[in-house]
Amino acid sequence: MPHIQVPEGVPGIRSLVMFRPETGQYLYKLAQVLLREESPLTPAERELIATHVSARNACVFCMSSHAAAARELYKEDRAIVDCVIRDGDAAPVTPKMKALLVIAGHVQQNGKNVTEADIAAARAEGATDRDIHDTVLIAAAFSMFNRYVDGLASFTPTDPKEYDAMGVRLAAVGYTLPKPVSA
Amino acid sequence: MPYISVEEHLPGITGLLEYRKDSAEPIRELTQYLLRGPSTLTEGERELIATIVSYNNQCRFCTAAHTAAADLLFDDDSVTEKVKQNIETSPVSEKMKALLMIAWHVQQGGKEVTTSDIVRAKDAGATDIEIHDTVLIAALFCLYNRYVDGLATVAPPAPEFYKGLAERLVNHGYTRLPQGYDHLKKK
Repeated sequence: MPHIQVPEGVPGIRSLVMFRPETGQYLYKLAQVLLREESPLTPAERELIATHVSARNACVFCMSSHAAAARELYKEDRAIVDCVIRDGDAAPVTPKMKALLVIAGHVQQNGKNVTEADIAAARAEGATDRDIHDTVLIAAAFSMFNRYVDGLASFTPTDPKEYDAMGVRLAAVGYTLPKPVSA
Repeated sequence: MPYISVEEHLPGITGLLEYRKDSAEPIRELTQYLLRGPSTLTEGERELIATIVSYNNQCRFCTAAHTAAADLLFDDDSVTEKVKQNIETSPVSEKMKALLMIAWHVQQGGKEVTTSDIVRAKDAGATDIEIHDTVLIAALFCLYNRYVDGLATVAPPAPEFYKGLAERLVNHGYTRLPQGYDHLKKK
């Protein structure tokens, strides 16, 4: 049961932003900017970073919903997503993405765990300042989203079909604030 | 030296927020609402939540900045110091102790927040909104701390730097300065 009185039966972050749309509007805007708007990384690659961090934080709601979005966006290459969840190092992604996933994994632990060697390895595979910046900020943002969702014990559906539907919606329309419940 | 090329006269978070302004805007607006918007928690209490999370993430820049802001708002340097040493024996209300414990658990991981943490806060009079905002402020500073340290931004050693920054955070807040930050360049 959620720790606070959020709308019943609404899953994860949606229930929290419906409880407090004053802050929710900025959280959804941030997700939209980071995962869909202009970046050298594709939306699929950015959803993969979100999935990787959420998996490492064991945030089931965020991991399952962003994995579903990433599968939709990767289309025929959707198997990549489950490889990354199982073992980021062994996933069939580009060498640049592999290096960026290492950086994201270190951000998930603590910002200080990102080393000069991590950055040099990413640059050697062609990563630019902006690739590195966006990776670090997406990983940091999911360190926030995961704590928000689990710290308030929001409802986590267990039926995989529910996440498939979320993935379709997130791939097609992105991050739009759900309508608040009227008082 | 930072891992990416940011403006040299803008250490810590400011250089990052200027590096990418479209992502900075919702982060700035969220922070302004949570730390300065309408709330039954004082601005000092909310800065205290930011401070304890940054301190436990060992983020030097954020800890120094929010300690200085809280000290200025409390007009007292001892509260932040005592909260860092021990929340339970610090000179804050029972409700704030309960909320700071929740923040500390959020810093460790969302799942570390227990039902008994929440019961304690509610018994001490905390509302659902106060608990929500405490969790979100703590989570937001887990973002900031990782952003600032993950890109190895500079934390100036001089305490005067953070006094000046705290004055800006108290008098102006968290939104971007309308004139930008070029006036901070050394002449």
